[in-house]
Amino acid sequence: MGARKSIVALLIILAILAIAPFGLPRFYTYLIALIVTTGLLATSLNFVLGFGGIYQFHHAVFYGAGAYGAAIMIVKLGYPAWLGFITGPVVAAVLSFVIGLICVRLSKLYFGMLQISLGSLVWAIVYRWYGFTGGDDGIHGIPMPELIGSPFGSYYFTLIVGGLSLLVMYRILNSPFGSALQGIRDNVVRSQAVGVSVRRHQLAAIVIAGFFGGVAGVLFVVVDNSVFPDMMFWTLSLEITIMALLGGWLTFLGPLLGAAVVVSLRTFVSGVTDYWTLVMGILLVLVILFLPEGLLGYVFEVWKRRTSESSEVQQR
Amino acid sequence: MDIISFICSPGVLCQVLVGLSRTVILFIVASGLSLILGVLRIPNIAHGSLYMIGAFLAFSVSKAFGGGITGYWMAILLAPLIVAALSFIAERAIFCRLYEREHIMLFLLTFAFALIFGDLVKLVWGAEYRTVSMPRFFQGSIPIFGLPFPIYNFFLLFMGPLVAIMLWVIVNKTKMGKISRAAAVDREMVGAVGINVSMVFATVFVIGCYLAGLGGALVAPIVNVTLGMDHTLIIEAFLIVIMGGLGNIWGALLGALIFGVTQSLGILIWPQFGIIFPYAAVIVVLSFRPTGLLRSTW
Repeated sequence: MGARKSIVALLIILAILAIAPFGLPRFYTYLIALIVTTGLLATSLNFVLGFGGIYQFHHAVFYGAGAYGAAIMIVKLGYPAWLGFITGPVVAAVLSFVIGLICVRLSKLYFGMLQISLGSLVWAIVYRWYGFTGGDDGIHGIPMPELIGSPFGSYYFTLIVGGLSLLVMYRILNSPFGSALQGIRDNVVRSQAVGVSVRRHQLAAIVIAGFFGGVAGVLFVVVDNSVFPDMMFWTLSLEITIMALLGGWLTFLGPLLGAAVVVSLRTFVSGVTDYWTLVMGILLVLVILFLPEGLLGYVFEVWKRRTSESSEVQQR
Repeated sequence: MDIISFICSPGVLCQVLVGLSRTVILFIVASGLSLILGVLRIPNIAHGSLYMIGAFLAFSVSKAFGGGITGYWMAILLAPLIVAALSFIAERAIFCRLYEREHIMLFLLTFAFALIFGDLVKLVWGAEYRTVSMPRFFQGSIPIFGLPFPIYNFFLLFMGPLVAIMLWVIVNKTKMGKISRAAAVDREMVGAVGINVSMVFATVFVIGCYLAGLGGALVAPIVNVTLGMDHTLIIEAFLIVIMGGLGNIWGALLGALIFGVTQSLGILIWPQFGIIFPYAAVIVVLSFRPTGLLRSTW
């Protein structure tokens, strides 16, 4: 997939989204904002999982940390909202640094299992600390600045911040750092041999991903004006992993597509039946069995096969 | 000095003993998880769901046999077997096709099963919680250090070592166990000498899941059997397995002991955040021994 094509596709999607609220009912703009938020979260997970090959099983904890960081700054400590929005991702980045530092020495599955456990500890603390985090009720009705208080305002804020975050992540992945990260994913020993500091690169990737997970958390606060502990429960982490897998985790835009599919499906299926998780479980089994490269991965595969057939002569 | 006399006081010792009987449940579940991890290398997140299904089945079986002591023993006997049968179907239908794939695919596949099992439980038993009545035989308590200690907890304290010894015998003394240990180290070589590795894996998977069901059936009389009881348990089991060393049965026992003791002491010291202590123990253990306390099979 050419770099330019990814950027052009992203810009086209953003342009369509920019004019969407003029023709759509309010519910759909909310849904789109939620998809952008969740998509950013899934993309930030894929930054470490798909491109870094790091088994970050509990990524949602940084989503929650970002959201809680912002909400607590605004509601409990009384700081201006904009300051809260900056604090959120920083809290998430610091948390991801601490958890990453503990886990990064471990090998793949060990890393994942310890990471999911430590994330659950953060969840348990948030869940029990009534005085500070609101416990299992969470914090609701978080006041927003006037500029983004309206549905329109929050929609465009989500779109702009989400789009910028995606672009920044894309740039990082195509920088020398990103190449080194993908080199580590493909072959740890060889990367070490050419002098790449594996642990340091992985830790940096974890912090960057945690930061953007936190940005997604802040966006959720802007869209929904509330936070609750379920945002950092481990089942959500696995749901976003499913999004990355479904969209295609070797592609940059795959997780966004996966998020769009899963979030819309959930919205419409849970309107019909109580058994949404059953539907998602079956969907996941089908994806693993028949679409291991994900939707976008499959599309690219077919597309590549076609172009290579037509240009076979030139290549040889 | 103050701390030592605090720890040695009867109340604390009793609390630790109660903690240990919970540890037994954790050990039984975690040992199954560890077995599957060690041989098949799947972090089976559906393990918690199987534990929950075991508990719900214990409720149904015990009710079908009219409650009482017969119902209880039938539940302990049958519920894990039904769980094992269920896991056998899942393994033969889907898991066995995917052993060549990346670990994370298998991990996500187990998550898919956790989702499916969770909703199936909701379909079959509904969303309300259930209680399994404690048979009269196990009611009452025995005084220890002058404080009452429930008889059922004694039974659990007896079951833990029993399961550990039986597992040890299976893994170390039977041909099956030897083959599975070999398959854990070098799967291809075991296949090359003419052993049906696929069936070995299936057997190990089923034994592991049986243990999850057994844990669920044993815990049923002392907790509310409810949806979501799998969610925290699976994370605790993960921690125990990490602490003990992936795939090591004795490691699971040691991990469960440390977990149970730190948790019950932690709750005494700081009731609201007692949960932090076992995690702190894990971090301390891993900073000294990154691959767990005992030798991991990998």
